[in-house]
Amino acid sequence: MSWKSRHLLDIQSLTESEILAVLDAASVFKQVGQRSIKKVPALRGKTVVNLFVEPSTRTRVSFELAAQRLTADIVNLSTEASSFKKGETLKDTVRNLEALTADIIIIRHRSAGAAHFLSRFTQASVINAGDGAHSHPTQALLDLYTMREKKGDLAGQKVTILGDILFSRVARSNIWGLRKLGAEVTLCGPPTLVPKSFESMGCRVTYDMKEALADADIVNLLRIQHERQQRSMFPSLGEYSRFFGLNKERMDWIRPDALIMHPGPVNRGVEIDSDIADGERSVILEQVTNGLAVRMAVLFLVNGGQHPQELPSAAEETSQG
Amino acid sequence: MPDDLAIMNASLIHRHAPQVQEMIHGMVESIVAFHQGERTLALVGIQQKGVLLAEVIRRRLEEVAPEISVHFGELDVGLYRDDLAINPAPEMKPTIIPENLEDVGVVIVDDVIQSGRTIRAALDAILDFGRPRRIQLAVLFDRGQRQLPIQPDYVGERVDLPSDQFIVLKTLEEGEGLEVYLTKK
Repeated sequence: MSWKSRHLLDIQSLTESEILAVLDAASVFKQVGQRSIKKVPALRGKTVVNLFVEPSTRTRVSFELAAQRLTADIVNLSTEASSFKKGETLKDTVRNLEALTADIIIIRHRSAGAAHFLSRFTQASVINAGDGAHSHPTQALLDLYTMREKKGDLAGQKVTILGDILFSRVARSNIWGLRKLGAEVTLCGPPTLVPKSFESMGCRVTYDMKEALADADIVNLLRIQHERQQRSMFPSLGEYSRFFGLNKERMDWIRPDALIMHPGPVNRGVEIDSDIADGERSVILEQVTNGLAVRMAVLFLVNGGQHPQELPSAAEETSQG
Repeated sequence: MPDDLAIMNASLIHRHAPQVQEMIHGMVESIVAFHQGERTLALVGIQQKGVLLAEVIRRRLEEVAPEISVHFGELDVGLYRDDLAINPAPEMKPTIIPENLEDVGVVIVDDVIQSGRTIRAALDAILDFGRPRRIQLAVLFDRGQRQLPIQPDYVGERVDLPSDQFIVLKTLEEGEGLEVYLTKK
């Protein structure tokens, strides 16, 4: 088995075969989601904590359902309800969760590096559900899963990521994952949101929409993140939409077999027109379904006992069947 | 599980293809005798060697008992294992179970039974798909040393082997059929 880690903290530290291990396991869990009984006992008796110190609906719900489908017990902790309001530190909160026998902690935090920080002192497995503008590994993995399911092997595929790259952890994680699997990545958007410095990650950067879309196999649109922008990076949403929104006219620049993706939530009429988001070529809702399977796979893999890395003498099979 | 390289390095042929075929024919004869008067039967092979064996059993069943319609399934018990918290997460293969198991007799097929833990997991997994009329078990080799009260209904051969030896089922490189190797862990 090529999965070796107790945590999932980011994409850049995964090997290609670890990424593929998640995607392969996810296809098994997707099958489970198509059965009449959609629950398996793989994490029976385990306790999973959703520690969301930043608002989120779909990622939190997706992890919650994933844990339940694996028969784990899950506790949701959000900023509003927790004692962060009372001034407790993240470290103390996690120590308390450990005392309640948490086996896996899923953390979403506004600060980059929060999940790494946690993993250094907790006994539990840590899964990063988004830390600042740094990383959002399960989103990248579900995007990779969807691309691979629709388009096959990603080596040599041309992927264009469009929009707010600078503030996007989804973009960074996607770029790492796509590069590791051999895809060619093009970034496009307003220059203030797509700095040339991203070329150092092995991407092509262009400000010409037509050029960016022309030969793409996959177009991944990103949400404009109002909440992360301390100052205005473009004059108005209307102007963004006029120059970089995906509308009917620009759809003609895209190959007819190209996939249209968006991690959600969609700002309709800003990044993408409603009828394209709901159209035949959009796989936005399939991404959500695949997200559930990918998160089940990640929970299943980090939960595996005796990771070879830590215990070189992993238990040998003592019997045959 | 030992891989092909291990087989080449340290193994001897335990049963040649004609002997394996004879064992399988015997098992199929018993399966047909038991299912007299039933029109359908579901064969569910356990990934991966059980699937290999189940395919051969299906072909033979179609030859000798064409009146029985055979539904075919493949099952990976990875998500139902009882050692998930002890061992690294297993690599998994697809699970495809025939629809409408209600009122059908299921025969689980695996290459070897020893502890019985795999079959325990398989029973739980199948019951999540429906409520068959009955579930039976067919294995090519029974190694004894059970750790659970589970017994096969159809057995190719009972063997007593040292615990460091593994039975490995392989398809012939040329032609049809299966042969059996023994390999050390």
